[in-house]
Amino acid sequence: MDYECVIGLEVHAQLLTDSKLFCSCATTFQAAPNDQTCPVCLGLPGVLPVLNRQAVELTMRTGLAMQGTVAAANRFARKNYFYPDLPKGYQISQFEEPLIEGGCLDLEVDGVSRQVRLNRIHLEEDAGKSIHGENLADPDKSYVDLNRTGVPLMEIVSAPDLRSPEEARAYLQKLKMVLEYLDVCDGNMEEGSLRCDANVSLRPVGAETLGTRTEIKNLNSFRNVQQAIAYEMERQRDVLENGGSVVQETRLFDAARAVTLPMRSKEEAHDYRYFPEPDLVPLQIEPEWIDQVRQSIPELPDARRQRFVSEYDLPAYDADVLVASRAMADYFEATVELFPQPKIVSNWVMGDLLRELNQAHHSPHEAPVTPTHLAELLRLIDDGTISGKIAKTMFEDMYRTGRRPEDIVAEQGLVQMSDSDALREVIEQVLARHPEQVAGYRGGKEKLLGFFVGQTMKATQGKANPAMVNTLLKQLLP
Amino acid sequence: MTDGRIISEQQVAQVARLARLALDADEQRRLTDQLNAILTYMEQLNEVPTKDVEPTAHVFDLVNVYRADETRRTLTSGAALSNAPETEQHFFVVPRIVE
Repeated sequence: MDYECVIGLEVHAQLLTDSKLFCSCATTFQAAPNDQTCPVCLGLPGVLPVLNRQAVELTMRTGLAMQGTVAAANRFARKNYFYPDLPKGYQISQFEEPLIEGGCLDLEVDGVSRQVRLNRIHLEEDAGKSIHGENLADPDKSYVDLNRTGVPLMEIVSAPDLRSPEEARAYLQKLKMVLEYLDVCDGNMEEGSLRCDANVSLRPVGAETLGTRTEIKNLNSFRNVQQAIAYEMERQRDVLENGGSVVQETRLFDAARAVTLPMRSKEEAHDYRYFPEPDLVPLQIEPEWIDQVRQSIPELPDARRQRFVSEYDLPAYDADVLVASRAMADYFEATVELFPQPKIVSNWVMGDLLRELNQAHHSPHEAPVTPTHLAELLRLIDDGTISGKIAKTMFEDMYRTGRRPEDIVAEQGLVQMSDSDALREVIEQVLARHPEQVAGYRGGKEKLLGFFVGQTMKATQGKANPAMVNTLLKQLLP
Repeated sequence: MTDGRIISEQQVAQVARLARLALDADEQRRLTDQLNAILTYMEQLNEVPTKDVEPTAHVFDLVNVYRADETRRTLTSGAALSNAPETEQHFFVVPRIVE
């Protein structure tokens, strides 16, 4: 039988606030373990949580940007379970009344456009971090750091609209990009700012009802999401084809072996006994606030990609690469502002800049070569002061040292040779040194022109104006 | 509710397990009786006409209490850990929780 795979993703995104969701502790952890804690997030008796307004605003921005509805009235709920990194014995979350209802995300997989619906986005607090046994010290102990406890998360729940591991990956990549554009989450999966659980089930092609699903927890890279779902599809297919039935359960992905395994039942006692959080008052979001947040939504990747093509006349490929990160697109636009030849800027940003950024593990705003510096360099090429070849070497130098191109040109005497008498002299010397090639060229091997250009560039340390060299060579090689 | 009461002994055992309470057989039986007495008493609330009353999750007539997103240092890790029975390198120490 042919089966169709049905996938829904639950993504936890850490919100970019300065302080925690219900207390004033900082959310940046350079400090020692448990150094950014207070009686509220430690769950000491007698304290009360107070909601961080910015966390609500960032979640609203996300929901509105993805066409969701801000629920006029919503509230928090307690999700009860015991774990050492959850000091209160419950997590403050939202259950029946999430902040955002509905919404959607458009994506493109293999050239085909798809719209994935969202069920909801709700706000909740993160738990702490545990390190187990010999990873820190004693194999018989676990070690708990509560710095992360109470950090604001939004959980973005998709409808079961995804149909393949590739689509799931594309959804997550697109979501990450949108969150970065919205400036609500840094999207760092390695550090856990973006975490993903996948609900996976199979059903016979054409069937309306959903099959029994399994939930795969804590997928922390795009690759893991794709691999885990691909494995789980195959596993469920085997079960069904051998006449068995899929057991509804929570599974963990073992990245080293690329398999999913059932969680031990001890970890899986799902009986959260949600009830309304009595320590927090309900929210009634004013329409004025919603309007104000709607106004603050920046241009999103799809719109920006279209504008890059229409406004700057860039190929679709360039636009795709540039808008993949907001910082990269900003860098491009800042440079074009100063040097209005978009395709040339695009070539340098996608080529030389991207290469250096990747090597140095920098994000664009950390690049020692600023848009101002790059624009100056491009102007020097454009007005003939330096050759394109010299510019390539200079870019590396600028990236290494952070210096301005004018300073490097002045110091190293890299100004392009455009003095035709001086160049003529150099070329005459080159020709005199290579009588055989000259004879060859005159005998019809016109490809040798490139050889003479190369030799001339070498003799001038790359400073010769290439257009002028070509013209002169043709004059001197009758 | 196999025994016809509001809460069965099995349900009491389940709630105790979720709350990490170790009950012996006597306690379980006694608490089941007591909880049934309490729940039966509370059943009287069902006689109150509530058709036109909005559900209430909070006793105050108050909505939208926020704080600004500002950080403030409250405790050092030393103070945070001061009541912990066991600590190591600024961590709380607990019995190992995964195998």
